[in-house]
Amino acid sequence: MKFIQNYLDKYREKFEKGGPMEKWAPVFEMTDTILFWTNSRTTSGPHVRDSLDLKRFMMMVIVALLPATLFGIYNIGYQYYEALGMQATIWQMFWYGLIKFLPIIIVSYAVGGFWEVLFAIIRKHEVNEGFLVTGILFPLVLPPTIPLWQVAVAISFGVVIGKEVFGGTGMNILNPALTARAFVFFAYPGKISGDKVWVAIDAAKDKVVDAFSGATPLLVASNSQAGSSAVNHLAEYQFSFMDMFYGFVPGSIGETSTLAILIGAAILILTRVGNWKIMFSVVLGGYLTALLMTFAGGANAGGMFTLPAHYHLVMGGFAFGTVFMATDPVSASQTEKVKWIYGFLIGVLAILVRVVNPAYPEGMMLAILFMNIFAPLIDYYVIKGHIRRRLSRA
Amino acid sequence: MLEHYLSLFVKAVFVENILLAFFLGMCSFLAVSKKVETAVGLGTAVTFVLVITAPMNWLIHEYILKEGALSWLSFISEDFEKLDLSFLNFITFIATIAAMVQLVEMVIDKFSPRLYAALGIFLPLIAVNCAILGACLFMVEREYTLGEATVFGAGAGLGWFLAIVAMASIRMKIRYSNVPSGLKGLGLTMLITGLMSMAFMLFSGIQL
Repeated sequence: MKFIQNYLDKYREKFEKGGPMEKWAPVFEMTDTILFWTNSRTTSGPHVRDSLDLKRFMMMVIVALLPATLFGIYNIGYQYYEALGMQATIWQMFWYGLIKFLPIIIVSYAVGGFWEVLFAIIRKHEVNEGFLVTGILFPLVLPPTIPLWQVAVAISFGVVIGKEVFGGTGMNILNPALTARAFVFFAYPGKISGDKVWVAIDAAKDKVVDAFSGATPLLVASNSQAGSSAVNHLAEYQFSFMDMFYGFVPGSIGETSTLAILIGAAILILTRVGNWKIMFSVVLGGYLTALLMTFAGGANAGGMFTLPAHYHLVMGGFAFGTVFMATDPVSASQTEKVKWIYGFLIGVLAILVRVVNPAYPEGMMLAILFMNIFAPLIDYYVIKGHIRRRLSRA
Repeated sequence: MLEHYLSLFVKAVFVENILLAFFLGMCSFLAVSKKVETAVGLGTAVTFVLVITAPMNWLIHEYILKEGALSWLSFISEDFEKLDLSFLNFITFIATIAAMVQLVEMVIDKFSPRLYAALGIFLPLIAVNCAILGACLFMVEREYTLGEATVFGAGAGLGWFLAIVAMASIRMKIRYSNVPSGLKGLGLTMLITGLMSMAFMLFSGIQL
């Protein structure tokens, strides 16, 4: 590492104010602080001098994402060999997944990073680390078969329209990764919904076993007929509760394994990077709504109405959205009290859409975006009520 | 029956939000959404005008303007039964709305001069707010009954109210953000509107 340090130090002055490379200072700063420690210190004001700056904060999120990412890569391979009915070692599965996943994440980081750096140079601010999180969150909520050019278009939309037009990291109103996903979902629905996209089988289409369907558990459950229970229908497709909990089901790359996501949640909560109130209230809201729906459905209802409440929590993107998307500190509500309401409503809306909206089998993405829109409003009224209480006390 | 009205109401508020699904009433939405208080004032005014004008225009359309609507005058002349005045729809609706807005204006001026000053020119301009005329025309096109028209008017108004208040709170949140200079003000507001309507797609497709 020493020689890199020397190398950077040698060229440092060229990038400083007045130097010939002044314009590219954000790029230099980015390389420098990613590899080493920052040289600048807080100079004035009563700031807390802690090593947890924005960069370390965002790095914790990436660490928390690692279990879900690794399992996602493994699951791509697992689903592939399952579909072909072939035996394979864990390393073969992992290797196959890596071949599928790496291009997606490289495109996501390269294209998103390009916009981030471009805006930093033109607008003369530093390159923010928020992007490192967006750049990995986005591939994790995509199906493994997504065309790479769509990844590029969508991450451009997410970074530019979702974040940079608002002034960059910390000022966006919607979660950029979810904005990108919603964009690709509405612009190219054929590549991100249905039952053809969740398992990467490439050219081996004619070799798949007869039992293979490729549908996600949510899709299967929502297709069950009236009068029969969704659990039985899931069982016909070999989806058991534990399978869905461990994550051996088709789905977006990072969302399938609730177990891996729970490990990530533990890391986020222990390091206090993620807000436990939001996570808890999303789960609570979702669970209660699902319970209510099973009651509301009655005896002869079909489809999603018959799905037990605890099934909802391990299916689709519910866990992933709860832990990594809803807790985004920028687009979530800013006051502690509202975090309960915010999370609760996300859970309620997500399950409600799953059950009653036939247009989407999954409602988590749009439920979070919807609450991102309304979080500032609830914040505003809670703060206003607080001010009024204080005034009346004085 | 109640269930039917309720589903119509929910549909008008969320599923087919008049602003975020049809993009009607954009001008005052963009202009008066800087502060939550004024947005609440204007939203209430629009909702109020809609609740009154939708049934009023329905009555006018049903008993005067629609083809054959004047058949109750047939004791004067047989010709009334064939009369079709629906080409007067637009101008009559606008006149009703304008009269209603005048009334609302006087009430607000009397009871809340501060809101009156804050709303400024946009209060009389509700008269030409396309959300209101749009709702009246939808009501004719979809052949609602009187009750449905009232509920639809209330739902459309509340949907508009919700959208403008949410927008105002977002704009207050990003007031001090370092927005690129070319996008400050209306430019960014348009973009936020687009993002909001994307989030409102959550409800599209719900069958009620």
